[in-house]
Amino acid sequence: MSSATDGSTGGPPPQQGPVIELRAVSKSFGEVRSLINVDFALYPGEIVGLLGDNGAGKSTLIKTIMGYHAPDPGGQILFRGEPVSDWSVAKARSLGIETVYQERALCELQPIWRNMFMGRERRTRWGALDVSGMRREAARLMSEQMGFTSTAVHPDNTVQTMSGGEKQGVAITRALYFEAQVVILDEPTMGLSLSETRKTLNFIRSIKDRGRSAIFIDHNVFHVYPVVDRIVVLDRGRVTADVVKGDLTVEDLIHGLQDVARTGEWSQRA
Amino acid sequence: MSIDETFLAQGAAEADDGHPKADHSRAPSIWRRSGLQIGILAVGVVILVTFIIAAPDVFLRANIYQAFASTTPLFLIMALGLTLVVITGEIDLSFPSVMALSMVSFVYAFQAGMFVGVAFLLAILTGALAGFINGTLVSRVGIPSLVITIGTAFLFRGIELAIMSGRGVPLTDAGLAPVRAVLVGRYFGVPMQVVWTFLLAALLWFILNRTKFGAHVYLVGDNSISAKLMGVSVARTKTGAFMIMGMCAAFAGVVASFEVSYFWPTLGDGSLLNTIASVFLGGTSVFGGTGSVFGTLIGGFIIGALNAGIVSAGINAFWTQAVFGLVIVFSVVLQTLITRRVRK
Ligand SMILES: Nc1ncnc2c1ncn2[C@@H]1O[C@H](COP(=O)(O)OP(=O)(O)OP(=O)(O)O)[C@@H](O)[C@H]1O
Ligand SMILES: [Mg+2]
Repeated sequence: MSSATDGSTGGPPPQQGPVIELRAVSKSFGEVRSLINVDFALYPGEIVGLLGDNGAGKSTLIKTIMGYHAPDPGGQILFRGEPVSDWSVAKARSLGIETVYQERALCELQPIWRNMFMGRERRTRWGALDVSGMRREAARLMSEQMGFTSTAVHPDNTVQTMSGGEKQGVAITRALYFEAQVVILDEPTMGLSLSETRKTLNFIRSIKDRGRSAIFIDHNVFHVYPVVDRIVVLDRGRVTADVVKGDLTVEDLIHGLQDVARTGEWSQRA
Repeated sequence: MSIDETFLAQGAAEADDGHPKADHSRAPSIWRRSGLQIGILAVGVVILVTFIIAAPDVFLRANIYQAFASTTPLFLIMALGLTLVVITGEIDLSFPSVMALSMVSFVYAFQAGMFVGVAFLLAILTGALAGFINGTLVSRVGIPSLVITIGTAFLFRGIELAIMSGRGVPLTDAGLAPVRAVLVGRYFGVPMQVVWTFLLAALLWFILNRTKFGAHVYLVGDNSISAKLMGVSVARTKTGAFMIMGMCAAFAGVVASFEVSYFWPTLGDGSLLNTIASVFLGGTSVFGGTGSVFGTLIGGFIIGALNAGIVSAGINAFWTQAVFGLVIVFSVVLQTLITRRVRK
């Protein structure tokens, strides 16, 4: 594993076009305008930190990328330069976009293995559900990824029997399993212990070593800053800043966010 | 293997310096995993033994089991289909009307000179269409199933009554003999509907436990928002469950009509509570997300035994309902207590 822990600032390689791009995307829920005319791009091999106050529209943005929310008319989503049609979560996932949602998206009464493969169930050659294969795979992931003492792990346990951090572990492990080209993490460290948080941050950093990209949402700038290449700040549905990390220190970032909270404007310093 | 090796390596390293995590080693025991099923089975056995002790001369003779075997499938077939709908977190109250409406298709197709197999398929198709309408109104328009299927129950029944103008139709034509033999014939004293019930149970078990659709039925009923976030089509899954239910109702309608060789326009009346009781007695949760075909089979047997047993045991006619209700309430309570105990 090549270490990316030195905080190097190798900004995005813009030779290639973006993997995902949003153009003039708005999203309203009745009167509430959660996204207003958002332009956003994610390049291959790049990690973008998405910051903003509670209710700024971060989760709405990534759910729109995932196809869970349809953008208001006029907005456009592009995948590898092509405008998408019939965008849906199933389609986004089949094209290699996986998400750890803020709300975890687990089905608590179901066994762990069903949760791991939710929406992307494996099938046998004959087309039947590969139950034993999924069970085995879930057991392996739980011992190798989540660090449950091996042989010990049981994929038949229901999710409701797990602790909060363990549940989050299931959601994270699930997002990694499918070797996604784009990994979106919405507050993935929520409820995690220090060592689990460190593990998760290391993982996010490692994503780009393989030319894959990530969007990372977290309220803790000390989690975000060391990991990302670029920072996008949302404020009440609008993008107020889009800066390459190399251009600012962590203090700049904190001051910038405070300015946004106070005035709604990002005053660039450097 | 499709896993991130980096994360894997870090996970291993972390496990070295950190202490091992909570031990999830104990595989859920058979008791824990199948506690509910065992509870239901136990209740079934208790009821049967009680009947045998209460009225040995009735319950140790074959007669009662024949009555039981010919009538139980009529609602159990629908209870099996309804299980899927309830697991998705919905309910269907329109199936008694769907039984009758499907028979309208059958009778008209047959009278128009179509091959009896085609008439049968049209009946099943009618059930599927009724289920599609229910499912679409529930999952795409977003009307609570409890509300909308009361509406469609009246609608389907009304259409059927209007078309038939209240007439019944005898099913005694010679051309119908083969269907009768296949659907409700007796072989070695066993009514064919029993065989069909078991075949249907096997089929629905497979659909529920060994297909993607079946997996989605559980996920959607457990937490439809989570399922949707992960790319499961909630609307398609719910509509599918309602369509299966509609087809089961149509099948039950044809079987019930052939059992008496007559299509009564009131077909299905009286089947509502037996069917629903079978599903819930079988341990399928009214909240969705859990339930099993096996449980419904046992639930249906218990209801069937009650139907046959109470009458045969010579309980005063005015008391049958009270006894029936008492046993159901008792069963559910017992089942809950046993399940809770076993799971600990
Ligand atoms: N399904 C919905 N229906 C109605 N309003 C919604 C819905 N989803 C989000 N909103 C509204 O959109 C706004 C943005 O919400 P969003 O969840 O995107 O914020 P966020 O930036 O993720 O906040 P947090 O940091 O608290 O997670 C909020 O005002 C919220 O109330
Ligand atoms: Mg959020």
